Amino acid sequence: MGAYVARRLLQMIPIILGVAGLVFVLFTTVGEDPVRVALGQHATPEAIAELRALWGLDQPMWLQFVDFLRQIATFDYGRSFNTGEPLSEMFRQGALVSLSLTVFPYVLGTLTNVSIALLVAYYRGSLFDRFSTAIFVASMSISYLVYIIAFQYLLAYQAGAFPINGYESGWSGIPYLLLPWLIIMVVTAGPDIRIYRTVFLDETRADYVRTAFAKGASEAAVIFRHILKNALIPILTHVVIGIPFLILGAFLMERFFSIPGVGDIMITAIHNGDFPILKGLTVLIAIAYALFNLITDLLYAVVDPRVQLS
Amino acid sequence: MTAVAAEETRTMGRAQAQSLGRRAARSLRRDRTAVVCFVIIAAYVGVALLGYAGLLPDFQERVGGSYEPPSLSFAKIFGTDIFGRSILYKILAGTQTAMTIGFIVTGISLPIGIILGALSGYYGGRVDAGIVWLYSVISSVPSILLIVGISYVLEKGIVAICIALGAVSWVGLCRLIRGEVLKHRNREYVLAVRLLGASDAVIIFRHILPNVVHLAIVTASLLVLSSIKSEVILTFLGVGIQNGASWGTMITDATGELVTGIWWPLAGVTSAMFLIIYALNVAGDALRDALDPKLID
Repeated sequence: MGAYVARRLLQMIPIILGVAGLVFVLFTTVGEDPVRVALGQHATPEAIAELRALWGLDQPMWLQFVDFLRQIATFDYGRSFNTGEPLSEMFRQGALVSLSLTVFPYVLGTLTNVSIALLVAYYRGSLFDRFSTAIFVASMSISYLVYIIAFQYLLAYQAGAFPINGYESGWSGIPYLLLPWLIIMVVTAGPDIRIYRTVFLDETRADYVRTAFAKGASEAAVIFRHILKNALIPILTHVVIGIPFLILGAFLMERFFSIPGVGDIMITAIHNGDFPILKGLTVLIAIAYALFNLITDLLYAVVDPRVQLS
Repeated sequence: MTAVAAEETRTMGRAQAQSLGRRAARSLRRDRTAVVCFVIIAAYVGVALLGYAGLLPDFQERVGGSYEPPSLSFAKIFGTDIFGRSILYKILAGTQTAMTIGFIVTGISLPIGIILGALSGYYGGRVDAGIVWLYSVISSVPSILLIVGISYVLEKGIVAICIALGAVSWVGLCRLIRGEVLKHRNREYVLAVRLLGASDAVIIFRHILPNVVHLAIVTASLLVLSSIKSEVILTFLGVGIQNGASWGTMITDATGELVTGIWWPLAGVTSAMFLIIYALNVAGDALRDALDPKLID
């Protein structure tokens, strides 16, 4: 187990290096010149040279890349081009905000979606199954953007049931989060339930199901005792792999509801060409993604005794 | 006697080889919802082709006053926008953009995904390690950041969107194909053709790929629809379509209009988008049911 984890962590290194190289090429060497963007068209050559030196852009490329790698290794990403704030602090605060937006609907949504999927799978092939599948596919056929615009307009602006936008930290912020939570749950319901339904239906074709029925187990016993347990493995993968993206937040949601999370920081950085933020965020998310991939595989071994880590 | 038997086996073999495709076509024809969906997809493709032939009405032209609600004339069936232009004509022009993006992105990612997946699964070793590394890197980066990065490099616009989406969307298919080819690599039929002296290229492309290509067909319909959806989000973020008609610009504009009670541009574009995405979703499912050998009893 320990050796396995160590080897997997080592395997992460070339991937993170690749990610670092990719974002470095995209945002440093071929992107727009951030100094020009910051100072505008009519900057004096002296001012340009000064800012260049301040941001370390006068260094040779390979030195800049080594510096970027050092930042990755020490989790110190320097400062934002635009505000001068240290990025580590910005990311830390933003991540907390984003998590307050995404974790609750993720947990509650997963529980309800798995339950609904189980119900739909139980009545597979029935009119109920076909009708609900049609509804879920329909719900997936509308743009995320339209959900946000329509819900914000109808429920917050017209009906006044929720605040239109805003954010406060702590418990007093919850009223602001209710509508975004609702939208996230509505948007993720369709695709999630369809995936979980497929997972359950795949299990119904397995040999152990036939055996259980042959032993005389009831339909309900087979579904809840046998199928649910076995289906938990692919469901778990789906859930754990989604976790890193909770930190990134629901960026569109953060934009529309003025929630200052990581996603909002990212979109602002996109508009301002704030490359240190974009580079730092990309690498952090990549590291989180690789770590949660590893956690998924470890969980496999915990949940399923047949899986041997080697 | 033996000749007859051999002839019989040969024809039987041929009949079975054709039957998956034929059976798929038959089961698709029987599925009436699927047929309707394929007709809808064809209609949207038709609109896009009309656009390229220059036969769509000019969406820049004024057809009435500013913000006229929907009425019963062809051009104003979805009302007009702030400049008195027809929402319907804008939707049609946007259809051309959406279908173009959908098909070009799919056209970029399908060959990359199939070829890299097949090479990776078939050769294993260093080739596999390299290709797995490549797609691990790409899938570790949030695609939105990668796409933004690529659109900084290229000029913003439809070409940048297509290349950026194409560069990230082959990963899923590549993974799928790699896994399947890995399973087929040591099957008896592959060993048999190898013994007969077939080259690697012949084994991969003539013998293994036909057995796994149904995955690519199903993925294609999902790729088209996810690229159409991505265009909307990217355009909203300011890295998508800059000028010209697109569903993304229309939905972005609708954000401000809705507050003043102008609902018809959003309603129009959402219905147009709903129809094609729903059709592609259902078509994808129908194709999977028809083509997946596991599901055929």
